[in-house]
Parts: sequence; C-alpha cells; structure tokens
Amino acid sequence: MNLHNHPAKKPDLAALRAHATNMRRHMLTMAGGPGQGYIGQGLGIADALCALYFHELRWNPADLAWPDRDRFLLSTGHYSIALWAALAEAGVIPLAELKSYGADNSRLDMSTIDTTPGVEMIGGSLGHGLGQGVGIALGLRYRHSSARVFVELSDGEMQEGSTWEAAMAAASFRLDNLVALIDCNGIQADGALVLNMEPVVDKWRSFGWASQEIDGNDIAAVVAALVVARRIDAAPHAIVLRTRPGCGIPTLEQREKAHFVRVDPGEWDALRAELDQQSEAARG
Amino acid sequence: VVDGRHTLAMGQNEAAANRPMIEAPFGAALVQIAQSRPEIVGLSADLAKYTDIGPFRDAFPARFFNMGMAEQNLIAAAAGLARTGLVPFATTYGVFASRRAYDFVAIACAHSKLNVKIVAGLPGVTTGYGGTHQAIEDLALMRMIPGLVVIDPCDATDIAQATAAAAEHDGPVYMRLLRGKVAIVLDPLTYRFTIGTATRLREGSDFGIIATGLMTERALDAAEALETKGIRTSVLHMPTLKPFDAEAVAAFAASVDRLATAENHVVRGGLASQVAEALFDHGVHRPLARIGLPDRFIECGAVSTLQRRYGIDTESLVAAGLNLTEHNDENRADRDLHGRRRLEELVVRSRPHR
Repeated sequence: MNLHNHPAKKPDLAALRAHATNMRRHMLTMAGGPGQGYIGQGLGIADALCALYFHELRWNPADLAWPDRDRFLLSTGHYSIALWAALAEAGVIPLAELKSYGADNSRLDMSTIDTTPGVEMIGGSLGHGLGQGVGIALGLRYRHSSARVFVELSDGEMQEGSTWEAAMAAASFRLDNLVALIDCNGIQADGALVLNMEPVVDKWRSFGWASQEIDGNDIAAVVAALVVARRIDAAPHAIVLRTRPGCGIPTLEQREKAHFVRVDPGEWDALRAELDQQSEAARG
Repeated sequence: VVDGRHTLAMGQNEAAANRPMIEAPFGAALVQIAQSRPEIVGLSADLAKYTDIGPFRDAFPARFFNMGMAEQNLIAAAAGLARTGLVPFATTYGVFASRRAYDFVAIACAHSKLNVKIVAGLPGVTTGYGGTHQAIEDLALMRMIPGLVVIDPCDATDIAQATAAAAEHDGPVYMRLLRGKVAIVLDPLTYRFTIGTATRLREGSDFGIIATGLMTERALDAAEALETKGIRTSVLHMPTLKPFDAEAVAAFAASVDRLATAENHVVRGGLASQVAEALFDHGVHRPLARIGLPDRFIECGAVSTLQRRYGIDTESLVAAGLNLTEHNDENRADRDLHGRRRLEELVVRSRPHR
C-alpha cells in the first residue's frame, strides 16, 4: 500500500507551510471564477486541512476507496473550497479544474457532494457530520480496522442539537478512533455568532471528550494537537481550533466579518500579491 | 364504557379473533438473516424492547448499538455504519423516524443512496398513545424522499419476507413495523413479497379494494362479507408504496366496476393519492372510495375503539362495497365522534348494490 502519509514520520513544517500557501492560492483561483463563495472560511480552515491531508491522515490518493483509510468528514459543506484546494494540492483533482468551482456542471460545487472523488459525506445540512463520524468510527471498530475518523465542524454548528446527540454517543461508546476539529471562527450566517457558545472547550470536556484548544492557524500547533489525539484512551478527542476567517490575506482578514465575503472582480490580483508577500515573510 | 363497549387499557391491542399469530416476526427474521450475513448490524433509540429488535440484540450483542433517545443521531450513525460497508437496521417509532429525523433520512441516507434500513413501529393507529405516537402521515412524508423504498407490510409473512428483501436491496428502505403478536394473513408457502410489486390476493369484478399494511387483512375480511351479499370483490395488496406498482393498479382498476383504497394512514399523500395519480396517468376512471384516517390528530384511547371510530376497520370497507357513499366521508369521525350510528346496523339495513 502506497500510503500518502505515515503517522510516525516527523513533521516537515516548512513543507506543510508551502502546501498551505498553495492551497490558499488554489482557493483564490477558485473564488476568482464564477463561484466566488466562502473564501473567508476556506482560508481560515486551510492550515488544519493542510496538517490533516499532508501529515496526519493515513490515506492513498490513488486508492480513495481503501477500506482502512483514515476518513476526513467536512461537515460544513460550504467550506468545500478548502477541501477542493486540499484535494487539488494532493493531486486528486486536476489543477486545471479549479476554475470551474461553482460553475454549472462542475464537480467542485459550492457545497460538498459525495460524488466528487475524495468526499466522504454530503455536508452542508449542518449537524450531520459528527453523527456520521460516530457511525463510521463504530463501523471501523466493529471491522477491527485501525483507521480513524476526523470530523470538521464549526462553532455555529454547535447550535444544532444533533451535534450534542453525537457528542454524547461518541463518549458513551468510548470512540477513541474519532477526532472532532471544531472551527471556531466567530461567524455564522447572520454575522457574528448569534448565541454565546463559550466556553467551548469546557463543553466538550464535560461531554467526556479529551479536549484541547489551540490556534487553528498555527500549523505547528495543529500538528502537535493531532499527535496528542492519537492517544488510545477510551475517549473521543476534540480539538478546538481558534481560526481567523480570511487568514493569510490581510485585506480579507480585515474585511467585515461576513459569512459570504464579497470581492470585486478587479481585486483578485492584489489579493494574490498579498498572499505571496505573506508567505515570503513567513519563510523569513 | 365508550361506544357501548368496555374501554381497553390505553395502548392495549386487540388480538385478531380468527388468525394464528407469531411473536415478533421482524426480530425473528432479522436474526435468521443475520446468521449468514455478519455485515448486518442493529440500532435502536431506546426502543429496542418495543420494536422487536430485542432478539437480534440478544443473539448478536456486539452487533447492536443503542443510541439512546436521539433519533437524529440514530439515523446519522446508521448512515455512517453503512459508509463502512455494513447494513444497519435502525428501529424507532414511525413518528420519530419521520417527524424528528427527516433531514437525516433524506440527506444522510437517501441523498447518498446509503444502505440503511429504517424499521418504524406504531404505524397509523396501532397505539392508544395519541398524536405523539401515531405515525399517521409517515408514508406521505417518506414517499417524497427520492430513492427511498417505502414498505407497509400486512402481516407476519409480509414482515419476514420484506425484512429479507430490505436486507437484499442495495439502498435505503423505510419499513413500517407490526410488533408483538402479529397475525398470519398471507400464506408463507405461496405468497412472495417483492419490492415494488403489488399482489392480487382475490378475484372479483364488482368491487376492487387496493390495500396496504394491516388494512389488507381487513380488506380480505370485507371481501368475504361482501361475497355473501352477492358483491364479487377482488383485493390488490400493495405493500410497497415506493416504488409504486402503478401498472398493477391501473390493470386492477380496469377489471372492476368500483374501487376503494384502504390504508392505516391519512387519506392524503399515501396510498389513496398514489392510486388516484396512477389512475389519472393511465386514463382509467372508476368511482373511488378512500378508506383511511382523517386529516386530524387522533386522541388517546383503546386501539380497537380508535380504529372503529376513524373507520380503518372491516365495516368501513363493507360499507364502501355496498356503495354507502355517506360513509366514505373522511370527516365522519369529526361529525360523529360521540355517538355515531353503528355501521354494522347500516350495513344490515342496506340493500346490496345489485
């Protein structure tokens, strides 16, 4: 089996940062096309997805149906732009296809659909991801597979009661092959979070999850948290990611905290230049 | 004392008088199928005891997951299990599977064409627990979901065979459950359940009854009664609501003078509506009496009392066969809740149609 990643290998943080920059570049390519879309959320979650797809996940881009692959479930289907970027960066989706994002007949929809290669569930009806993750984790355990399940969900999504139904079940079934990554970016459809969800990490802890809270845009921190989450100790793992919508492109980071960021057609080149500048500066 | 009879304890079922019964046919069938199919797993949402999946849980404890009182997660987790190649049978009551978990049935299961089997207890009026527990509109809701197979079995034979067919079928299934002691109406030696196929159980050209679920038993009884009054009555059993065997309905309708549909469900959106659509599509026109539940929430009470009061009984079908159109009024129960004339008396007073 030609594994894309080996869980025991040492992280190459410089290589991961380069992948993350490329993913952001892919997102600008996609968002500059007909779709525009949820680039704010995509840029915010980019570092976590980069750490998963290029370090933590045991998977094989050439054999996406491998039964013992680790699963990544993107519950917030409207973050699809980030998933397409990761899959393109991994070679699953041709780079030439990125421009079709959000266009009629494209495989790269503005919300995830599981007929596109590499997609493990239909996200977008929020509150579905963690419950399906519980079922997959139970199924893998029943099949004596050592594969693990990673579910991304968001702070707004914690308002869906089904999230907590799944959280209860995961702890009760002691699913230590399940990792939830909760993207706390502080926004939801109506703007800033409309309900107070704090203290987030205490909520997960009180539900019986081994919980951590980190800067979700610090790729080294994400990698380290994922190492902790490998522990097999009869509890599911929650990683609370504090992320910044638009992260990596200062103009978008500073733009109004909106669910759906508006970008004028003439702005894209300037945004690309900003991204290049940022990644140069980070490389030092 | 209600309606001149003793009120049965709430929720108590009234055993059928004249047919043999089998205990928990669903559980027995599932255990048997699962012996040779280790990929079959079971789930419930704190209703294992009450949805006849207990025998499976006891036979295969490592293959059974009780998800607690959380029906959204019951269906989501079943979808996840199916994504690992397993074949989950998830049981709860029809009201919870449909009203509470609908988005999960539609998106998590059906949209992804996952191999999830939902088995739903207390269909229509088979409990005295009132509107909270009576799934009177589940067939209408479920048949609106693309790609979902919808089954309303008639008896223990149907349940056993439909359980096997659901396990064989590659895709999502919603099956109504008759639990506890269930009558044997269909002969297991001759009857064959196939998904999407209606079965003609009886011939007769005067009057035709198209029935689903437990109403098929009543349709057969009504046909017997009507024969003694000179009305030759045929019965088409329609256990699958989706995919719907519209050709069989059209051919059946064309072979009789008058029609009735019979369902343990509101007469809107379920069997009656699908029959009407099929007749229209095929250009077959027959007088059609729709026997089923009215468009209202139903109170608590003894099951037999409620079934009689709301017209899902043999007498209502006999009346329809005798062309007593006043008794085809679906709002009869509203008008006549506290003292309607006994249909049996009307039946006796009426002349046969011909």
